[in-house]
Amino acid sequence: MEGWSLVSLCVLLGLTARWAVSLNPYSGAGKAPLFGDYEAQRHWQEVTCNLPVHQWYFNTTDNDLDYWGLDYPPLTAYHSLLCGHVAKFINPAWVELYASRGFESTAHKLYMRATVLIADIFIYIPAVVSYCLYLVNGSVKKKVATMLCILLYPGLTLIDYGHFQYNGVSLGLTLLGVLGLGLGRDLLGSVAFTLALNYKQMELYHSLPFFCYLLGKCAKQGLTGRGLMQLLKISVTVLVTFALCWLPFLSDPGQLLQVVHRLFPVARGLFEDKVANAWCSLNVLIKIKTLLSTETQLSLSLVLTLLAVLPSSIKLFTRPTLWQFKLALVNSSLAFFLFSFQVHEKSILLPALPVCLLLNDLPLMAIWFLQASTFSMLPLLLKDGLLLPYVVTSVAFVYYSVYLLSALERSTDEQLRLQPLHTLIPPCLPSLSFSCILKWKFAFSLVAMGGLSFASAVMEPPARLPDLFPVLVSVFSFLQFLGLLLYFNLVQLTEAAGKKNNKKTK
Amino acid sequence: MKFIFHIHFQETSEWTLDYPPFFAWFEFCLSHLAKYFDKEMLVVQNLNYASPATILFQRLSVILTDLLLVYAVKECCNIIGTCKSKEFLGIRPFVLAVLLLWNFGLLITDHIHFQYNGFLFGILLLSIVRHFQNRHLEGALLFAVLLNLKHIYLYIAPAYGIFLLRSYCIISNSSDGSFCWRSFSTVRFTLLGSLVLSVFALSFGPFIALGQMPQVLSRLFPFKRGLCHAYWAPNMWALYNVVDKALSVLGVKFQLLKTLPKASMTGGLVQEFYHSVLPSVTPLATLICTLISILPSLWILWWRPNGAQGFLRCITICALGSFLFGWHVHEKAVLMSILPFSLLAVKSREDAGIFLMLSTSGHFSLLPLLFTAPELPIKVLLMLLYTLSSFAALKTLFRSASIYSFFLLTARWTELSKSII
Repeated sequence: MEGWSLVSLCVLLGLTARWAVSLNPYSGAGKAPLFGDYEAQRHWQEVTCNLPVHQWYFNTTDNDLDYWGLDYPPLTAYHSLLCGHVAKFINPAWVELYASRGFESTAHKLYMRATVLIADIFIYIPAVVSYCLYLVNGSVKKKVATMLCILLYPGLTLIDYGHFQYNGVSLGLTLLGVLGLGLGRDLLGSVAFTLALNYKQMELYHSLPFFCYLLGKCAKQGLTGRGLMQLLKISVTVLVTFALCWLPFLSDPGQLLQVVHRLFPVARGLFEDKVANAWCSLNVLIKIKTLLSTETQLSLSLVLTLLAVLPSSIKLFTRPTLWQFKLALVNSSLAFFLFSFQVHEKSILLPALPVCLLLNDLPLMAIWFLQASTFSMLPLLLKDGLLLPYVVTSVAFVYYSVYLLSALERSTDEQLRLQPLHTLIPPCLPSLSFSCILKWKFAFSLVAMGGLSFASAVMEPPARLPDLFPVLVSVFSFLQFLGLLLYFNLVQLTEAAGKKNNKKTK
Repeated sequence: MKFIFHIHFQETSEWTLDYPPFFAWFEFCLSHLAKYFDKEMLVVQNLNYASPATILFQRLSVILTDLLLVYAVKECCNIIGTCKSKEFLGIRPFVLAVLLLWNFGLLITDHIHFQYNGFLFGILLLSIVRHFQNRHLEGALLFAVLLNLKHIYLYIAPAYGIFLLRSYCIISNSSDGSFCWRSFSTVRFTLLGSLVLSVFALSFGPFIALGQMPQVLSRLFPFKRGLCHAYWAPNMWALYNVVDKALSVLGVKFQLLKTLPKASMTGGLVQEFYHSVLPSVTPLATLICTLISILPSLWILWWRPNGAQGFLRCITICALGSFLFGWHVHEKAVLMSILPFSLLAVKSREDAGIFLMLSTSGHFSLLPLLFTAPELPIKVLLMLLYTLSSFAALKTLFRSASIYSFFLLTARWTELSKSII
């Protein structure tokens, strides 16, 4: 009884926080002629509900791809179609072809915000709740605390309800995929993840662990007998799901190629704006963008990404457990974020999702990462006028998550899974307490993030360096992400073979 | 300084200052801080002025003054005993803190609708706590200050008067509640009286000296503003209005009345109006009704004093009685009975049950306060949050005591009926 009331209180708190953030401005509000992501979503509704399917991804007289052309997979387009039809029913002016470009009104804002909330109510929130109830070990209190922290993670709320996007849909579907795999329903899990992949191509960051986990599991059952059958079943399921999603585009190879071309815009360069990844940070020292040709950049980033992903994937293939799977999801998506081609600052939400799943196991590091990820989007949030919700949600998040998950108490070397490291240190050196160092580092980076946030919000940058604060923010975030990538890799790779580490040590 | 003495004469706007002097001083202090935020804000001609800086300043001022409420709640939690529980929602001080700090009505009136009720209720709670701690003079002082901040607290002044006379000025220790006038302490009475009077002198003295008292009083007690507020409080007179309206419609239909009177009862800003069929209600009539409604509880407080607990019960009843029968009652006044009653709700099971009824219906009646579409989800969500958490917490708190408290309730009823007979 108490469990259920606590769960509903958590969900209500999550919804309240989301709606409170949504009262703030959205990206590109009132900034003609291009506006922002809000206008992009509205424009997709306009295009999808007024034009036939085969024109959606093509530059035609009615569809100007240079003005927020559709560059997400078909499921996003279908979602836009649905929202567009409802919008048309409420007020046709919202989605009128051409005439509605840059349409803004309070009623329309309300409608758009409501669509995000409804999508979350149907996909993301149920996924989080069922994940926490089924797959988080420990007492009811612990499950509920984890649930509250995941639901109130500021990064996702600020981007979806402030900036305006529908990340909750793809992340929720991925989470359902993890849930399916964790409960042994591999087929359902793969369907959910395939749908996520067809909602946002960025979910490819998560695809390698899914693949390796399923492959490793099948290999364990024997690649000739039952394992092969299982593998076939999974592949057929994935293929059928893909085919269903892409059905309208299958008739014509030209269509297919055009969609793929729209999804992977190689021409847009190595990175955009200020991203907290390796390339943007390296750019401070060496101007890679001008130094290398686009092809070289592409192959360089591909090679580096693969190198960074490889160890965790191989380990996962040999040990397909849920714990390894969660860690591999973090490692893979974080590696993709740091090293791959054409990354947006919002893509940090992709590693943030699996890190949320580690909140109960590695509270300190997970909170650290989540806070750093929110911080790394600061320049974007400032541009959108979301300073106040950023400050409030971040401070609240750090405070109650550290308190609720007892992050500082539950971080001995053993609980941080750093024991194997002690064996690497030669015995002649004095033994170090890694947990103590990490706690100090955590405190230091919290202070630094606070200081940088304050500086970017209040201080004027010097005239010679107008981008000083965004660059500092992204470089500092990059350093934290790099350190955390090393840490999570370490934890994954040093897990002892015989021990059941995924069963929680209390 | 000039500003403050003129402020009661201000007629530029329909939103005139109608609070007692201490509140004017409070606003005066705020205005000095506001200068640093936005100078435009303080120009008297600037009605309906709103800039982001202004809004931020106003909101922050509410949040910061709410710290007083937080302190008062902490004091409240100290005086109720703690109890060990494994469950989150079974810890009594925690539940009380949630009930008081998360109070839905206070949240929406202060932080969304915009008022400064938080710190006023902080003072009230603090004063009640002082009475629990037997520091009666401090409690009386706090209440006198509170009255001079917002005179709506006159609703519960009778409870204070009776309680202080009976339990502070009369020093008698007999257990059956009887007392003798010989134990009346003149020293205590003088002390109390001079304390309260000096507060009032400090507050109203300057205005009396300037001869502005009639103007101040007419601003404080606007009998011309009609029986009901523009947004009807859910009280007896709302019911009365509805019956009147129904009768007049029926009267026209059956051709007993000539025309339908055009009185609009909810016409936005404050105005008078007259009933068309039923007799119009005068301020005196509402006063008598209010007195009748609170008399029994005052009677009990005098004849069967039960310490600060009985006093708290009487406060709740006085607030509720005035709310139900008072002249020109604001809908937010219902909070005055909900908040103090929270203290009793965590103490006994039957009070918890009554509290749930009172708070849920009282908060429900506040929902129309927020009427724009973007506020709709937030008010529904907050209301659900508060209702759900109070139900869950009080249920957890009194789960084991269910059978026991039933006997307690029947025992109390028999006791009460005996004493009446």
